[in-house]
Amino acid sequence: MSEIAKKKDPLFGPRDMKLIKTPFSKENPIIVQVLGICSALAVTVKLQPAVVMALSVTVVIMMSNVIISLLRNTIPPRIRIIVQLVIVSFLVIIVDQVLRAFVYDASKQLSVYVGLIITNCIVMGRLEAFAMSNKPWPSLMDGLGNGLGYGIILIIIGFVRELFGSGTLWDIRIMPEGYIPNGLMVMPAMALILLGIIIWIHRSRNKDLLEKE
Amino acid sequence: MKNFSNKYIYIYSVVLVLIVATVLALLAVGLKPYQQKNIKAEQMQQLLASAGIKVERNVAEENYDKYIIAEYTVNGNGEIIDEYSEGKQQKGSERPFDVNVKSQYKSLKGGATDVKLPVYVCKKDDGQTIYIVPVRGTGLWGDVWGNVALKSDLNTISGVIFDHESETPGLGSKITDDPNFAKSFENKTMYEGDEFVSVKVEKRVGTQNPHAVDALSGATLTSNGVSAMIEDCLKFYLPYFNTLKK
Repeated sequence: MSEIAKKKDPLFGPRDMKLIKTPFSKENPIIVQVLGICSALAVTVKLQPAVVMALSVTVVIMMSNVIISLLRNTIPPRIRIIVQLVIVSFLVIIVDQVLRAFVYDASKQLSVYVGLIITNCIVMGRLEAFAMSNKPWPSLMDGLGNGLGYGIILIIIGFVRELFGSGTLWDIRIMPEGYIPNGLMVMPAMALILLGIIIWIHRSRNKDLLEKE
Repeated sequence: MKNFSNKYIYIYSVVLVLIVATVLALLAVGLKPYQQKNIKAEQMQQLLASAGIKVERNVAEENYDKYIIAEYTVNGNGEIIDEYSEGKQQKGSERPFDVNVKSQYKSLKGGATDVKLPVYVCKKDDGQTIYIVPVRGTGLWGDVWGNVALKSDLNTISGVIFDHESETPGLGSKITDDPNFAKSFENKTMYEGDEFVSVKVEKRVGTQNPHAVDALSGATLTSNGVSAMIEDCLKFYLPYFNTLKK
């Protein structure tokens, strides 16, 4: 990604769009890099917490990318991981407190997983791989792309699990009365199986992702 | 790569941490009233819900003031310690609503004798008087708690509501999510003759047994936890109920 920021590019020009778009498919944090799996299994029983989690992670990645990118020339390399961790924890605590104050129900459902965003490899991964060596604006776009790339998978899994596991969507009954909820769908194992299916579909459509023999 | 001196690194980390800590402290203080309002409103909402009055959380407080006519705290001998009604403290020094039920139940389990727990008296639109007591215990993964509402005979359950910290979603969490589970407690009785038998949560009970409800399949330990919680907690209130009956 070193070609970025060499010359002036219009706002949301092709470079920005590329940063936002690639994490959706070719560099998706969950289904290609296989990061952030733990939270993807834990918060996708229902659609609503999945959406709140997706938004929270997106906000945290974007903000931490920008902050680290602004500080990148002042951070001593020897303590850079700790500095990144402090910034990420700082943002996660803000998100947690704001959710508790204004989106109380979702915050209850997410419980410990908001705090665990700190340990989400996607966040630290983007800081190390991108924000430490790029300017704030591209970093913001990179954070947005990766956050949404993570979020879209969470939402797809949450959608399928809530629909078949509880017969509802966003807590509104969708399935007919006689539908017996599939208990397997609410177990974390099913999230992993769904994730595997998504990876399978994704790889069969993008042959260049396959390992060469 | 630039070289940074040790001095720079020390100062850098101290300044960074100070800034972060200050901002977080300010934020926590600023948001606290909103967070506490949510928690308080939820408690009020759950108290009303156990008495069969369903309200949205944003109007919970005004409905609470309308329906809950008195709050008491009672000790293990059935004596009233605090009373709060008609908008002011009538007896004692602490508002029963603000009593920390979790720590009181914890010290009760530890064998303490100076435990006091709240009782809420609710007057419904149809003139029924309902007594609501908070209950608290442990499920499979963490705490479970709730409210049990008793009819004025202090024997028949009018309604219950449960909540939990971290029971398995879709299995143990049904104590909160599945309205049929809470509904199955309605009109169960906790006395057989004069003897306290509680309302148990057991396998294959059916609808006929007046002192037990069907357990949740796939959530045996959560069901057992709820069963033990109801028995242990109601036991504490029995002396108070006896004084009321006289």
